[in-house]
Amino acid sequence: MGAFFKNLLKNKVMLFMVLPGAIWFFFFSYLPLVGTIVAFKQYRFSREGFWASIAKSKWVGWDNFKFLFSTNDAYVITRNTLLYNLAFIFIGLVLSVAMAILLSQLVNKTMAKVYQTGMFLPYFLSWVIVGYFAFSFLSMDRGMFNQILGWFGMEPVQWYSDPKYWPYILIFVSLWKSIGYNSVVYLASIMGIDKSLYEAAMIDGASKWQQVRSITLPMLSPIIIIMTLLAVGRIFYADFGLFYQVPRDSGTLYSVTNVIDTYVYRGLKTTGEIGMSTAAGLYQSVVGFVLVIVSNFVVRKIDKDSALF
Amino acid sequence: MAELTRKKRDFHNVSRGSNVVLNIIAGLFSFICVFPFLFVVIISLTDEKTLATDGYRLFPAKWSLEAYRFVFQSGDTLLRSYGVTILVTVVGTIVSLIMISLYAYAISRKSFRYRRFFSVFAILTMLFNGGMIPTYMVVSQLLGLKDTLWALILPLAMNAFYIMILRTFYSTSVPEAIIESGRIDGAGDFYIFLRIVLPLSLPGLATIGLFSTLGYWNDWFNALLYIENPSLVPLQSMLMRIESSIQFIQQNSANSSISMAALQSIPQDTSRMAMVVLATLPIIFAYPFFQRYFVQGLTVGAVKE
Repeated sequence: MGAFFKNLLKNKVMLFMVLPGAIWFFFFSYLPLVGTIVAFKQYRFSREGFWASIAKSKWVGWDNFKFLFSTNDAYVITRNTLLYNLAFIFIGLVLSVAMAILLSQLVNKTMAKVYQTGMFLPYFLSWVIVGYFAFSFLSMDRGMFNQILGWFGMEPVQWYSDPKYWPYILIFVSLWKSIGYNSVVYLASIMGIDKSLYEAAMIDGASKWQQVRSITLPMLSPIIIIMTLLAVGRIFYADFGLFYQVPRDSGTLYSVTNVIDTYVYRGLKTTGEIGMSTAAGLYQSVVGFVLVIVSNFVVRKIDKDSALF
Repeated sequence: MAELTRKKRDFHNVSRGSNVVLNIIAGLFSFICVFPFLFVVIISLTDEKTLATDGYRLFPAKWSLEAYRFVFQSGDTLLRSYGVTILVTVVGTIVSLIMISLYAYAISRKSFRYRRFFSVFAILTMLFNGGMIPTYMVVSQLLGLKDTLWALILPLAMNAFYIMILRTFYSTSVPEAIIESGRIDGAGDFYIFLRIVLPLSLPGLATIGLFSTLGYWNDWFNALLYIENPSLVPLQSMLMRIESSIQFIQQNSANSSISMAALQSIPQDTSRMAMVVLATLPIIFAYPFFQRYFVQGLTVGAVKE
């Protein structure tokens, strides 16, 4: 025991350094874990505060989960979250790798920089702003798309109340915002490829396309695999902003825009189904955790340095 | 010289024709990325009446600065939101830089006995989290931060991923020997950190600082959860709230001398877009600068010890 305190004292400066962060992690990360027991309770808000609210709520066991999974909601939000993320991951991967290779091939490096700067812009804008951008195209009476349809004598489309267009719109917007950023990662590794490989290939008479296929892509594959696996680990988490801001929280679109994150938020703020919503959040965390662990395990097998832990 | 450029082109081996095609594709895509912003700028500069008849046009029949005039005249709300956002961004970035750089330094030191414990303590938060609702309950009920600026600052202050990036940065860019020599000269841990380590890791700190500046500037989610008091609403969140109606501004503007008749003639659509432009402008100006550090941060983050 005395040795323990001696150690504490010896490390006091370092302990003092981690203290603010550790306190933060305690309150913002670890204490909420305790709060997840609300998923097993019928939540009753108590004026006496956090602990009282949790303690005074009645235990209901797995009822919140049973109820959640007996509704259509659980299916819809799981399906939407998974399918959208799969689309983002795979289409995004193909397009950003293609864009990175394309940029690396441009003869004029200054122009390449200019293009890259343009592509990077959406990454820096908030989802609120992006929501307004989308509105300027999709607005029923003023948006650019309906005007263009008008030129061809077609009826205007009620974009914000017709679900059938939204899978495409959401995928497009998500890719629009992320491709510039992702292609930078790939471009950086393309720049790191040993130039002599290309020289050797060229002496052997390889065409540009052959070089890309047998040098660039194989050299990129570790980072591609790692980025993809890390994204797969996050497949149960949706970008709340995309699914909340871009469709303008339009109720008629929920069937194609509701994801786990927006469902949990609405449970908290709109419908007031705290218990069930927490259950959905816990379901997300548990499955998400398993996926992160599995994908990290796989990443570790491929390239130890790229694993998160 | 001509010889040299020719040689370069040969090395590249891209034919003139395909180079043109590649340029067109890349140029088109980057144009698509920038275009919506330009479009919103144009809308904000359109005359409101023209807008009502023609809709959003790339080449409006009549231009007008009315929207900006309106925003600046009755814009107490906008100015206050700007103020809230700037305050939160500045304080938030400072707070999070202090916390993150201290934490990351401590767990980067091999001499720190509990470094493994605190590394795991941070990394675990990337794996588990209580989720939105339990976090909401802790922040609003236990910490009582609802409707305070701290609710906008604290939730974004720490981030295990930034800690990992910075820890890697310290261990790669601050040689052990310098720290040792500092110790021999009799400097304490804290002094070494402040006087030797921090100056050497400025690029790393700048990267993390810019990441968090951007995070704070663009944040609307915490305001959505925790802020109801209109005078504490940050910029992004205000843009959200006026989405359905500009009345928010009218109701909350201290400048309530605007008559009903004047209210009728308020440029609603255009002034909304003008506010979008005003909220985006600082980012637009800062981002070429940001971009350099982001690219650096991306590459630094990819390297581990």
